[in-house]
Formats: sequence, C-alpha cells, structure tokens
Amino acid sequence: MRHLMSPMDFTTAELDALFDLAADIEKQPQVYAHKCDGKILATCFYEPSTRTRLSFESAMLSLGGNVLGFSDAGSSSAAKGESVSDTIRTVACFSDICAMRHPKEGAPMVAASHADIPVINAGDGGHQHPTQTLTDLLTIRSLKGRLNNFTIGLCGDLKFGRTVHSLIEALVRYDNIKFVFISPEELRVPDYITEMLNEKSIPYEEHISLEDTIANLDLLYMTRVQRERFFNEEDYVRLKDFYILDKKKMSLAKEDMLVLHPLPRVNEISVEVDEDKRAVYFKQVQYGKYVRMALILTLLELA
Amino acid sequence: MLNVGQIEEGFVLDHIQAGKSLAIYHLLQLDKLDYTVAIIKNARSNKHGKKDILKIECDITKVNLDVLALIDKNITVNVIKNGEIIDKKELSLPKEIKNIIQCKNPRCITSIEQGLPHIFVLSDEKKEIYRCKYCEEKYNERAQQFMRW
Repeated sequence: MRHLMSPMDFTTAELDALFDLAADIEKQPQVYAHKCDGKILATCFYEPSTRTRLSFESAMLSLGGNVLGFSDAGSSSAAKGESVSDTIRTVACFSDICAMRHPKEGAPMVAASHADIPVINAGDGGHQHPTQTLTDLLTIRSLKGRLNNFTIGLCGDLKFGRTVHSLIEALVRYDNIKFVFISPEELRVPDYITEMLNEKSIPYEEHISLEDTIANLDLLYMTRVQRERFFNEEDYVRLKDFYILDKKKMSLAKEDMLVLHPLPRVNEISVEVDEDKRAVYFKQVQYGKYVRMALILTLLELA
Repeated sequence: MLNVGQIEEGFVLDHIQAGKSLAIYHLLQLDKLDYTVAIIKNARSNKHGKKDILKIECDITKVNLDVLALIDKNITVNVIKNGEIIDKKELSLPKEIKNIIQCKNPRCITSIEQGLPHIFVLSDEKKEIYRCKYCEEKYNERAQQFMRW
C-alpha cells in the first residue's frame, strides 16, 4: 500500500504513468465514472481550504465514489484533544482512502504510519503540498507537451512558498531546466534550494525586477505573499503588492509563455490578465482535479 | 594520581571531551543496565590536556553505540577481552536517531502529538546533516546542546 507525502515519492516514470492516466481521464471521463463505486474518500482538513478539499471531493465523486470528512479542526475530535494517530485509525474504519490537511508539518506522515488505508498529504503547514506540485507538473506537461527544456520564472514569495520549493525539487529531475527566481530581497529562495541547484549544476538566476526578465521565460509561476507567514504586519503590507502582473508586463513576454499560479490570487495578477490566453491558472485548477482522480485510482490500485 | 583497575571483559570509551562522560553515561542508558561502570573525569591527556573515560564491564553488543559519532567522532572505542584490547571500533554516523535530539520546529507535529518519537534521519553524510523525519527541519550540530540532561 502506498501513500503520497511528497512529490518525490514517485519516480519520474511513475509520474509519467500518473500523468498519462490523468490525460486519459480528461479525454474520456465517462470511462472512469464508476471506477470507485462503493469506495469512500475521507477528507480530514484540520485547517480551511477551498480549492484543495473541493478538488479532492469532486475527483472522488467523478469516479463514482463517496466522500465524508471535516473541514476544520474545530468540528473534529481534534478540538477535544484527540491525536492524529487515533483520529486516522478511526477514520480508516469508515473509508478506503484519506486526504489530510494539517497545520502541523509531518502530521499526514504520522497518519500514514498508523493507517491501513492510503493517506494523501493535502498540505502540511509550510512543508509539503504534493498534489499542488502534481497539478503544476500536469498543467505544464499538458499545455507545453513536455517537462524538459524550458526556462521557468518563479515570482513572489520564494521564501515561505511551499508550492515553489516542491515544484523546484520536482523539476530538477527533468533535463535542461533553467530557473529564474524573481523576489524582493526579503523573500528570496532559501539557501538549501540554491545549494541543491549548485550541487546539481542546474542553472539559475536571481532577480528583483519582473520586467527585466519576463521576456526570457517560457513559464511564469506567480505566487501570493501570504499574510499568515509574517510575524510583522508592516513587512506584509510593504511586500504584498511588490509584484503585480498586468497587461503591460505581459506585453513584454513571449507569445507562448504560460502564466501559472497555485491560487488563491490576491493582487499579484491583475484581473485584466485573466483574458490573456497565456493565463492558465484556472485551467490549472481543472488539471488539479484530473491529477487527483488519477492519484486516487493509483493509490487504490484501480488504475 | 587516581588509579582505576583494568577490566577483564567489556569496552572502554576513551578520549571523551572532559566533562561529558556523565552525559554519555545517560545517553547510552547505562544507568538502566546492571553492569559495572567506571566514570573517570578529567584524566590526563597528552593531546587535549584532560579527557574523560568510561569503562564498561559488559558485552559491547548490549549497548547501542551508534549515537556516539553524533556527539564526538574523536571518541575511541576499545573492546577488551581477558584484559587485552582486541579491537578498536570506528564510529560512524547512524542512519537514524530516535529520541536523542528533539525537533525544535514549533510547527512540527512532534510538538503536539503525544507519544510520538523524535526521529532524525541522516540526509547528508558528508555534511553530517540530519533532518526531522516528519518536518525535515535541518539539524547539523553536535548533539551535546540538545541532550536533555
């Protein structure tokens, strides 16, 4: 039995198989509409989430399965002080697979070690969010036709953004990827990432200006500056609107550059960009559902 | 000078940094074993001026010495049989350490989950970097300051 804790849990060959399955689901969803008949997905969300939880639930419902769960710690037995290991052993009695989001890093791993059902990490604090990374990779592969040979710009909060760290770690396994990190000084990508890139001799650049570099990018991954990661409100206010991607900046970009964003978006992408065919962040949400469907099938060994 | 007799069968931990022998005594959980142990503090050392020594009269396989490398690779382990040194063991970093150091990341699940062991995994042997199994928080310093005694 397998779990998903980190995007690195799968080899690139396994990821290819997963993405092939997701692509097939996109093409002919009716074939998969009853694959999970009689199966139950538990969504154990100890902190609020709109996209991820609904995406998991929609994925399971589209496979013919059912869902149950809770959407914040207050409405679960965690409020009474129950441990994660006790909760998962109970949940495992009622369901066949579990997607868990928890504010504490490593909580889904604790669940996985006590569960006799597959556990999917649906986000654990600032640590990992593997299904977002799978979503990002599937989006790139589907719309670019490849996961190698491109220059990707990552812009915004590169310090605290877990989606950015996971995506970099996942992409370094593919050939000829060049990274361009665009962030204010205070939100630069952590040292351990640049050390890893140096060790693997993977090219990267660090910039503060988005305008100066956007023309060189094949992909632009925008991120939100997250209020909850700051201890100091002043710093947050100063940095939150540091980058705003608008029509003017998009006019400097390549005709086939894609703009991705893990969402939710606040001000970092102006709504006027939504109409641009290169803005694919809402398509990304759709791919998120397909990849979660493929993942559920794979972990339940129904693929 | 104080003289402590030789042991017939067991092992000697030599070149322990002066003052650390008692911490190692606890770390190896020798307090829970019913063997004769001599703790020698501030013995003379040509190299460092002074050092600590532990002499333990028991089969070396009864004690897990893996954690010693984490504290100080300079500690030497001499295996004694019939009063003679028959082997000198090299210390190597353990792949995994359990309940020796504690994860200091307040966002880690170990900070709230009762009964969860603190496990660190060796992620980079060259740089001697350990990471928390759960949150991957880096830990690459010697264990002394994290020991709970």
